[in-house]
Amino acid sequence: MESFLQQLINGISLGSIYALVALGYTMVYGVLRLINFAHGDVYMLGAYFGYYLSRLLQGKTPSHLLDAAAVMLLSMIGCALVGIVMERLAYRPVRKASRLTLLIIAIGVSLLLENAGQLLFGADPKFFPQLIPESHIKLGGLMLTNQQVIVLITAVALMILLNLFIYRTRTGKAMRAVSFNLDAAKLMGINTDGIIALTFALGSALAAAGGILVSINIPGIDPLMGVMTGLKAFVAAVLGGIGNIFGAVLGGLILGLAEVMVAGYGSSTYRDAIAFLILIVILLFKPSGLLGKGQVEKV
Amino acid sequence: MFITNMKSLRSGIIPLIAAGLALSLSACNKKAAGSEDNEILVGHYGSLTGGKATFGLSAQKGIDLAVEAINASGGVLGRKIRVITEDDQGNPIEAMTAVTKLINKDRVVALLGEIASSNSIAAAPVAQQNRIPMISPGSTNPEVTKKGDYIFRVCFIDPFQGLVMAKFAANSLKLKNVAVLRDIKNDYSVGLANFFVDNFTKLGGAIATDISYSEGDKDFTAQLTAIKAKHPDGIFVPGYYTEVGLIARQARKLGIKVTLLGGDGWDSSKLWEIGGDALNGCYYSNHYSVDDPSPILQKFVADFKAKYKGESDSIPDAMAALGYDAALILADAMKRANSSKPDSVRDALAQTRGFMGVTGTTTLDENRNAVKPAVVLEVVVDAKGNGKNIFKETVSP
Repeated sequence: MESFLQQLINGISLGSIYALVALGYTMVYGVLRLINFAHGDVYMLGAYFGYYLSRLLQGKTPSHLLDAAAVMLLSMIGCALVGIVMERLAYRPVRKASRLTLLIIAIGVSLLLENAGQLLFGADPKFFPQLIPESHIKLGGLMLTNQQVIVLITAVALMILLNLFIYRTRTGKAMRAVSFNLDAAKLMGINTDGIIALTFALGSALAAAGGILVSINIPGIDPLMGVMTGLKAFVAAVLGGIGNIFGAVLGGLILGLAEVMVAGYGSSTYRDAIAFLILIVILLFKPSGLLGKGQVEKV
Repeated sequence: MFITNMKSLRSGIIPLIAAGLALSLSACNKKAAGSEDNEILVGHYGSLTGGKATFGLSAQKGIDLAVEAINASGGVLGRKIRVITEDDQGNPIEAMTAVTKLINKDRVVALLGEIASSNSIAAAPVAQQNRIPMISPGSTNPEVTKKGDYIFRVCFIDPFQGLVMAKFAANSLKLKNVAVLRDIKNDYSVGLANFFVDNFTKLGGAIATDISYSEGDKDFTAQLTAIKAKHPDGIFVPGYYTEVGLIARQARKLGIKVTLLGGDGWDSSKLWEIGGDALNGCYYSNHYSVDDPSPILQKFVADFKAKYKGESDSIPDAMAALGYDAALILADAMKRANSSKPDSVRDALAQTRGFMGVTGTTTLDENRNAVKPAVVLEVVVDAKGNGKNIFKETVSP
């Protein structure tokens, strides 16, 4: 029982990171019907921004938590800018082209970021500085670290903030309008270019947060760290119903829990295989994902 | 429209191709001239980047130091040795490509590499087919030298290393119930885990659980929680340093306090940085210890420190020492063969007996493996991630 609860915690902390990254996929898909394959690499960039910033900032503020918050905020801003630039230079010029063109460009941007990362940061793994000194929290037989708790709280807080933004603000409403129908939104006087740029900025900032939260817990970063996480977050987004904010969070948690339970109780060799098998089974029964709306494709 | 396009395409591309061909031809000519320039070309392939980067980088430093010494004393057969290095990024397929390039394009007469067994196993058949002798400095999986009679190694093999750690766990640490956490993607790790399990159970120990991860994984909490539930008194983790460091850290986070044990894949200064003080009191088997008072070894350590002063890894790890020995053994074989022809060098290599090197005396057996003692080291890391290894014992085969 104790070990099951511990696995539950492990699964939720892994899943909350997938959820943060999945949100970016789902938001961009919602407004542009584009799967931004470079999103996983923005997550990697976030971790590297965090790496360089924490070496710069560590110890400059009165407390460790403030250090971490400053590093995280600045990295999120950095990645938001990367997201805006990416949208402006790579996606906007071809927005009117076929979806396949956009997809190929997304793969190109992803490869560009990965290889530029290897060139700029070096291909060997780097050790992420310990922003928050570790301390243990014992709950009965369960072991938690303060880092895990902080990561979890931050991830949940970011998701709630995003939700409030999308459903409670005018800009959020505009974003939903654009996602509902881009041309109609434009006719209503919504600055659609601005909203799309904002979507990229928000998604990228969340990916950066994910990158830093992961690195606080697991302090090894490398330029290809976004590949697998990006893929899994994408799966999480599809699982939950791509385009749906709650679906992304749900999908992330399911995937994280499935992976941990398979590795913990089944065979760790098949960790990924079984996680993806779950995806296939769910999609067989619910092709639009758990919370996705069934849509008739107009041909 | 189409036709004009095609025309411009042709007129654009054909000269380009021609120019490219001419360039590569002239490059080939130069190379041929260069190798006649009395240099013996030796290829080194290794992981200079990626999660196993220190293996290749350390081996490279050792090889460079050895070649510098050889060339300073007049070279081999009156000719200087030049090493051409290729990065395989720690990837078996890239290792094959690197070896193919070194043999076919650079025309090397012998190969040094790899450290990681999976990469040596992938590249060895290429060397064998082309009849180019290959010396692996540090691949310990038995399969490596089974790829053919041109493949050699200058280190011990995993059946012995598994026995060493099983004995150390059972006899010195008095462990009874050990969990195994192996890297399923890695031939070295799987092989060493099997040899450890065989020997440890023969010595009367029990295996609490035997589970796996995959190289490149970052999150090991699921496996470690499963291990914790079995209450082992030690965990054998025969992986490479990047993953081992993270595993140690996450084990301590989950409140697992028992000793971790491993093999020579732990040997890297990066291990200390990644694992930090979570590694204190953990042990691994290795090819040599810098604390060994042997004069030949201490001279090597001093030379190494002098050459690489100020660099991050100025204390040679085992991969550097093995790279150094591998290069010297190759030069020695060329001298004995009185030739740098691959076939003659191979025959001389097979006759290597009692070569006095940094990592002990190397005698190659009929399977082209070295039979050498192993050492067990204890890891000590301070809170800042500065570590060192403390020599515990030597085990002879």
